[in-house]
Amino acid sequence: MDEQKPKRHPRQKMPEQHPKVRARNFDEVPLGYDKETARREAERCLQCKKPLCMSGCPVNVKIPEFLKLVKDGDWAGAARKIKETNALPSVCGRVCPQESQCEGQCVLGKKGEPVAIGRLERFCADYERNEKLVRLPEKAKPTGKKVAVVGSGPAGLTVAGDLILLGYEVTIFEALHKPGGVLVYGIPEFRLPKAIVDAEVKYLRDLGVKLALNTVVGRTRGLRELMERDGFDAVFIAVGAGLPHFMRIPGENLCGVFSSNEYLTRANLLRSYLFPIYDTPPPRGRNVAVVGGGNVAMDCVRSALRLGAENAYLVYRRSRTEMPARAEEIHHGEEEGVQFHLLTAPVEVLGDENGWVRGLKCVRMELGEPDESGRRRPMPVKGSEYVLDLDAVVIAIGAAANPLLTSTVPELKLNEKGYIETDERGRTSVPGVYAGGDIVTGQATVILAMGAGRQAALAMHEDLTKK
Amino acid sequence: MTRIIERREVAPNVHRLIVEAPQIAEKVRPGQFVIVMPDEEGERVPISVAEWDAKAGSIVLFFLEVGVSTMKLARKEKGEDLYAVVGPLGRPATIGKFGTVVLGGGCYGIGAITAIAKAMKEAGNRVIAISEGRSRYLLYNQDTLRRFVDECLEATTDGSAGKKGKVQDVLRDFAKREKVDMAYFVGCTFMMMRCAETAKELGIKTLVALNSLMLDGTGMCGVCRVSVGGKTRFACVDGPEFDGHDVDWLELFQRKAIFVRDEVTAYQFHACRALRRHEGGD
Ligand SMILES: Cc1cc2nc3c(=O)[nH]c(=O)nc-3n(C[C@H](O)[C@H](O)[C@H](O)COP(=O)(O)OP(=O)(O)OC[C@H]3O[C@@H](n4cnc5c(N)ncnc54)[C@H](O)[C@@H]3O)c2cc1C
Ligand code: SF4
Ligand code: FES
Repeated sequence: MDEQKPKRHPRQKMPEQHPKVRARNFDEVPLGYDKETARREAERCLQCKKPLCMSGCPVNVKIPEFLKLVKDGDWAGAARKIKETNALPSVCGRVCPQESQCEGQCVLGKKGEPVAIGRLERFCADYERNEKLVRLPEKAKPTGKKVAVVGSGPAGLTVAGDLILLGYEVTIFEALHKPGGVLVYGIPEFRLPKAIVDAEVKYLRDLGVKLALNTVVGRTRGLRELMERDGFDAVFIAVGAGLPHFMRIPGENLCGVFSSNEYLTRANLLRSYLFPIYDTPPPRGRNVAVVGGGNVAMDCVRSALRLGAENAYLVYRRSRTEMPARAEEIHHGEEEGVQFHLLTAPVEVLGDENGWVRGLKCVRMELGEPDESGRRRPMPVKGSEYVLDLDAVVIAIGAAANPLLTSTVPELKLNEKGYIETDERGRTSVPGVYAGGDIVTGQATVILAMGAGRQAALAMHEDLTKK
Repeated sequence: MTRIIERREVAPNVHRLIVEAPQIAEKVRPGQFVIVMPDEEGERVPISVAEWDAKAGSIVLFFLEVGVSTMKLARKEKGEDLYAVVGPLGRPATIGKFGTVVLGGGCYGIGAITAIAKAMKEAGNRVIAISEGRSRYLLYNQDTLRRFVDECLEATTDGSAGKKGKVQDVLRDFAKREKVDMAYFVGCTFMMMRCAETAKELGIKTLVALNSLMLDGTGMCGVCRVSVGGKTRFACVDGPEFDGHDVDWLELFQRKAIFVRDEVTAYQFHACRALRRHEGGD
C-alpha cells in the first residue's frame, strides 16, 4: 500500500459561467476541471481500505482506484476503471445526486468537505471522449440470439450496451425521433449537453446496436409481435415514467399552464430556444411560476430564466431541506435569480377573459407531523392566501406510469399504480420479458435506472444461456 | 426517414401526400393519426390517416398548409424523404352498424373523413358525406368519397356548388327528409363546433375528431388536453374521437391559439429565408 500522506488542500472549486451571463444562455453551467485541478482534487483522497464512498454508489464504481489513476495522470485509464461498472460516466458525473450518494458517505465529509467524486468522474469521461481515446471493447462470440429494448433512456442504453458485448443482436425501439429518453427530452442542455448523449449513442451504434426510432411499441409494433414475428428471444421494457401529473386545481387547462414534460420537451427535444431556426414555438412567459421541488422543477425554473422570464418563481409546499433536487441545482438556481416561495402551495390558477393565465393563488403552509414518507406533512395556514401575478405556470409535481404499452399486454403484472412488477433482477410475470428503470420504480434517478439495466442484462444473459 | 411516393395540391393550400410506411399501413385503423416531421428542425405535426394500402405499404394523408412545418411539407416532392413519421396514434374510431350515418368534412377533413366513410359503409350503414368549402374550387376528394358513400352532398359559402351554406345547413335539410342515426365531423374546430350544435338540436348522436395541439402523441406532454364532459382528457391517447356534445369548444379554441403569434413569426421568417434562397441569397 502506498503510505504517502494525502495532500491537505481544500476541495477544488469548479469553474462556472457567471450566474448573470448563464441565466440567459443554454450553454453548460460548470466548465469542468482542468488536468491540474483534477490531479489536486484526486490527491485529497485517503485511499481508504474500506471505502465508504463505494457503498454510497448504487453501481459500486471503484472510486478509490479511479481516483488513484487520476492522481497518477492516467485519465483515460481512470475513465475505463469507472466504466467497468458505470457505462455513462460523462452523464452521471453531471446529473447524479452525489451529495446523497458517494460524496455523502466519503469520510472526508465527516469533518470537512468530501472528495469531489462527481466532478472527477465527469473530468475523466470528458477527457477520454474529447481526446478520442474511447476504445470499442471486444465483443463476445455471437450467441445467435436477438434482444429488443423498448425505450432509449439510461435503463435501455445500459441493457443494450451490456448485451451487445455479450454477443447478442440488440435493437432499441424508441417512440421519439431522438434517442436518450429523459436525457434528451427532459434534462436541459445547460446541465447535460446533448452532444454528450449523442456521443454515447454513437458508441453503442459503433458496437452494432440497432436503433428503430419513431417506433411506438404497443402501436407501431406489438410487444408479442416482437417475440413471435420478429424473432426476438427476449424484450427489455424501459419506457420510463412519462405521464405528467396535474394538480387537479381549478384553472389547469388555461393557456400558459404547461406540464413540466411539455415545457422541457419544447425547450430540449424540439430545441425551441433556437426558435425560429427550429420551428417549434418556445413556452414563453415574463413571469413564470414552477410548482414542485425536484430536479424537474429546478430544470423548468432555470429554463424559464433562459427563455426570457423577468421573474421565475419556484413554488414548493415543503421547506428547503425537503427539496428532492440535487443541492447543486438549488444553489445554481439561487445564484441565477430564481425566487423561492417555499412552504407554499398553489390553490387555483387564475385566468383572464381570453383564457390565459394571469396569476396563481397560493397559500402558505406549515410543517406538521411526519407522513408515510417520513417528511413532515405540510398543512395550510388559514387566511394566508396570496396571488402571484403570472403569465405562465409549469407543473412539475412528478410523473406516473404511461399505460400506452402496458395496457396492450394484459398478462404483464402491474402494481396498483400501474408500474411493472419484477423480481429484483428485472424479470416480469411474462417469460422472456424484463423491465427496469422508472417504469418499475416510479420516477427515480439516472443511476438507479442504469443499475436496474445492468441487473436485468445479467439476468437476461443467464436465462438465455440456460435455454 | 420516410419516402414520399406522391404529393399533390388537390385544392389551393390542401395537399394529398402518399408516403411509404409499411408498419403503419399494416396496423392503422380508421380514425387514427400519425405525427410527421418534415425535417430535423420541424415541428411534430399530427395528421389523420385517410387511406392506406397494407399490401403496398403506403398511407395517404391530407394536410392544409397553415404554418412553417406544413409549408415545408408542401414543398416536398416525390422521392424525397420526411425526417419522421410515427404512428398509428390515438384510438380507432367507433365503427358499428348504426343505420344512417352522416359524415361532415371541412378543409383537411374532406380528405381525412375517407377512412371513416369506408369503414362505416363496410359496417353496413347508409352513409352520406357532406363536404364544405367557401367555393366550388375548394372542394376536392369527391370522386374518392363517392366510391364509398351512398350520397355525396356539398355546401359552398358562395353557392357555386351544392347548397349555399355550411355542412350544418345540408344536415338540417337532410334530416327533414330522412332519419339520421349518427353524425361524424372532421375538420377545423369552428366547423366541428357548429355542426355538433346543429346535430344536438336535431337530437343526433355526434362524434368529432379533435385536432388539439400535440407534441409527442403518446400521452407524455399533456399539451393536447381537452375538457370533455367536465373531465380533462388527452386527445392523443384518449381521443382524437369524442362525443361532440360534451366537448368544451371555447377552451379548445383558446388552447389551439396558444402559440399563434410565434407561428406567424416562424412562417414569415421561413418565407423570407426561402425567398432569399430563391433569389440566390444565403
Ligand atoms: C427534467 C428531469 C430532470 C431529471 N434530473 C435528474 C438528475 O439530475 N439526476 C438523476 O439522477 N435523475 C434525474 N431525473 C430522473 C431520471 O432522468 C430518470 O429516472 C431516468 O431517466 C429514467 O430512465 P429510464 O431509462 O427508466 O426512462 P426514460 O429516460 O424516461 O426513457 C424512456 C424512453 O422510452 C421511450 N418510450 C416510452 N414509451 C415507449 C413505447 N411504447 N415504445 C417505444 N419507446 C417508448 C420514451 O420516449 C423515452 O425515450 C430527471 C428527470 C427529469 C424528467
Ligand atoms: S471515502 Fe472519500 S477518502 Fe475514502 S476512498 Fe472514498 S473518496 Fe477517497
Ligand atoms: S400530444 Fe403530448 S400528451 Fe398528447
